[in-house]
Amino acid sequence: MSLHKLTLHELQQKFTAGEVSAAEIVRAYFLRINQVEPKVRAYVTTLKESAAADAGVLDEKLKSWRKTAPLMAMPLAVKDNICTDQVRTSCSSRMLEQFVPPYDATVMAKLRANGALLLGKTNLDEFAMGSSTENSAFGPSRNPWNLAHVPGGSSGGSAAAVAADECAAALGSDTGGSIRQPAAFCGVVGLKPTYGRLSRYGLVAFASSLDQIGPITKCVTDAALMMNVLAGHDERDSTSANVAVPDYLRALKKKDVKKLRFGVPREYFAEGLDPEVEQAVRAAIGEWKTLGGEIKEISLPRTDAAVATYYLIATAEASSNLARYDGVKYGLRSKQAVNLADMYLKTRQEGFGSEVKRRIMLGTYALSAGYYDAYYGKAQAVRTLIKQDFDAAFKEVDLIVTPVTPTPAFKLGEKLQDPLQMYLSDIYTISVNLAGLPAISVPCGFSAAGLPIGVQLIGRVFEEETILRAAHAYEQATDWRTKKAVVRA
Amino acid sequence: MTQYETVIGLEVHAQLQTQSKLFCGCGTVFGRAANTQTCPVCLGLPGTLPVLNRTAVEMAVRTGLALSCTIRTPNRFARKNYFYPDLPKGYQISQYEAPICEHGTLDVTVGATANRIRIRRAHLEGAGTPLLEIVTEPDMRSSDEVVAYLKGLRDVLVYLGVCDGNMEQGSLRCEPNVSLRPVGQQQFGTKVELKNINSFKFVKEAIEYEVKRQTKVLSEGGTIQQETRLWDADRGMTATMRSKEEAHDYRYFPDPDLVPVEIPAEWIAEIRRTLPELPAARVKRFVADFGLPEYDAGVLTSSKAVADYFESCVALFPQPKTVSNWVMGELLRELNTSGTDVAASPVTPERLVSLLKLVEAGTVSLKVARDLFPEFYASGKPAEQLVQEKGLTQVSDESALGVLIDEALAKNPAQVAQFKEGKQQVVGFLVGQIMKASGGKANPGKVNELLKRKLGG
Repeated sequence: MSLHKLTLHELQQKFTAGEVSAAEIVRAYFLRINQVEPKVRAYVTTLKESAAADAGVLDEKLKSWRKTAPLMAMPLAVKDNICTDQVRTSCSSRMLEQFVPPYDATVMAKLRANGALLLGKTNLDEFAMGSSTENSAFGPSRNPWNLAHVPGGSSGGSAAAVAADECAAALGSDTGGSIRQPAAFCGVVGLKPTYGRLSRYGLVAFASSLDQIGPITKCVTDAALMMNVLAGHDERDSTSANVAVPDYLRALKKKDVKKLRFGVPREYFAEGLDPEVEQAVRAAIGEWKTLGGEIKEISLPRTDAAVATYYLIATAEASSNLARYDGVKYGLRSKQAVNLADMYLKTRQEGFGSEVKRRIMLGTYALSAGYYDAYYGKAQAVRTLIKQDFDAAFKEVDLIVTPVTPTPAFKLGEKLQDPLQMYLSDIYTISVNLAGLPAISVPCGFSAAGLPIGVQLIGRVFEEETILRAAHAYEQATDWRTKKAVVRA
Repeated sequence: MTQYETVIGLEVHAQLQTQSKLFCGCGTVFGRAANTQTCPVCLGLPGTLPVLNRTAVEMAVRTGLALSCTIRTPNRFARKNYFYPDLPKGYQISQYEAPICEHGTLDVTVGATANRIRIRRAHLEGAGTPLLEIVTEPDMRSSDEVVAYLKGLRDVLVYLGVCDGNMEQGSLRCEPNVSLRPVGQQQFGTKVELKNINSFKFVKEAIEYEVKRQTKVLSEGGTIQQETRLWDADRGMTATMRSKEEAHDYRYFPDPDLVPVEIPAEWIAEIRRTLPELPAARVKRFVADFGLPEYDAGVLTSSKAVADYFESCVALFPQPKTVSNWVMGELLRELNTSGTDVAASPVTPERLVSLLKLVEAGTVSLKVARDLFPEFYASGKPAEQLVQEKGLTQVSDESALGVLIDEALAKNPAQVAQFKEGKQQVVGFLVGQIMKASGGKANPGKVNELLKRKLGG
């Protein structure tokens, strides 16, 4: 029995039916991890012993206590920028290589409270800044479909771990596409919820007004299952929304998309879009039409300003968020420093990688006296306009369909020397974060070279149900999910 | 020689007396052991988020209303970015473009001159204990005016119960911005910010030193450098801390971790309804309604608790000046000696009034009552019981007093002779002798009356 091949909800059914114990699940997954991890390198930390111990405790308890929780004994992975009590949370940075949080992020606490087992912490671009995991201080993860290619980023480790069956599901975080882009590159499902739908408490901040945690899963049902556990207001996060949480699994009961209007923004199908990707996405749009959806061409006129806007706001916030890594209380402190100013400088010189430094510099500049209005201030104004574009579009349609990425997964090293090219790989995902909207990436085909392609569905704020319903209907009507990555030894 | 006018604006930081910190649930008790009042949030650990303290917002609104400010809603928080070893996150959460209070005033009086100081804004900030920073317009013209403003502001804050007003412990800090300009000139001169001032005395000294220093520089044809200077109390002078060039670029921007703070009109109305009467208004009322001298009214209202105590007494014993004398004299002396808060006074308004009633009824003399007060304060016994136990009941009985008077007259034949020669003043001496002989218990009025009758008769 290959437990690792099961989806989260299939594994859950098996466990609930008593066909498999928590200990067996953990054993099976670590067997799989031992096999493929040397190639994929999805994890920065694996927790074989604590996961096995937790599983043992769970099995013992369940002998007398037949309580079920949605994620009981489910083997999960968590991106290493989400704080885990007593488990190192490195953000794939030298700066936090030794940092062990004394507390759980709210989402982590929710996973634990619902019986989940933590298999390990997954790799990311340092502080979630990047689109390939190549900015990780601990080396890049690989795309399970082709090890010469990147898994995407920044949640590349989580997406690769799910695609390579190294966990049943994972958490990622998405600031400009960091869940959806790696999900598309790795052929799995990635949901970026509405800003405020999940608590950010315990997520190491990159850009606070854009960051959002979300699930990366093997199928849409699993995403709904995870959302049922994760969503909700948290008094520790003032920006989390006090909006009622629906049962996302119920939303999947409708197998068609009748009466749903799908908007296709013409700006997303312009220059720079790989023909293979366009073809796959257009085919998916056709499928939704077949399923009863109404397809409309729409316009999001400020799309071309999104990347510039994003890279001002995100870097400005990052420059402030990363100021705390000063060598004073935790994390790295340079041993070379001779005085306070020197300690700040050398600690940050040694602790941060080049992309992080680049973004801190950009953001500091954008907020500086005399430049604020021209950069940060202007970017905020444009952000409002981008939001208004979506508001207008959502008067006409219920969902917006777009590609997730301009191309399938690129090769390792291909864009490393060209930050601008790297930034443009997020062109279809960034606007969603600026507007605070929910969006999903669902597999919709493969390139001729056998690399996965994803399609993005964007919804109105707090309408994750509509997104999940349409994504699920499409997934069930196609068979992309039956194809699995084969990690070549 | 050019005459210069002094122009001063003031930034005051008031520590708010909340139970917990501005952005987390940790306590704010002064003097606790290190790290006993911390959590991941106030340590600024990666991943943590601030949550605004509602009480701090309420205190800011209360202060704003007391200072006739407009309450801004929504107001919002901004990050003030700079590196400092005791700043856990590398930024302080403050308010910048949208402070909670704006456009207020506080009236101050120096000598016979009353002036209205405009308050530009008051905003919340701080990493731990909440601070309210109250900023004036450059409306003050002398160190005395600054001290008057500062005292007035402190009284308001203490009255509102939002700050303990202790400058020495740093609960109230002030940073004057001082500049000079030729008399008659509209345009402001270059300002210098003064820091490290922790008493009213030093406020006055620092400003006066700075005015002299700037006057000298200008008179000698020099220019004032815009800078921050530290007051050195030991040397009685200010010295450069940092120049304008070294000033931080704080890179303020709205804090994305905190949502704009909406303050519903009903909440503002509720806070306004529960505002206490402020010191200035209370002084006026004490003078007008109770006929108290300004001095008494000032002393009694310097603390809200004392003023409340006084009013409770007057409600039971409507002789305001008598009550005022007792509260300002005997009561405050005992409270100060024992370091007791008036709210915890063992002599409650009811007990004090019971003693005053004994004096009024003539049961004890005023002198005896005063002498008795320390014991009355310490013992907690009812006034009547104490007076009886000590045998201090006033003697008004004519035959008993007659004996004392006769003895006195016999002992002092010289004075009796003087009286007979027309020296009326010796009556006072004789009354004193009789009072002394009675152990203070003799009713002085009665003694006077009987003595005159005997001498005259």
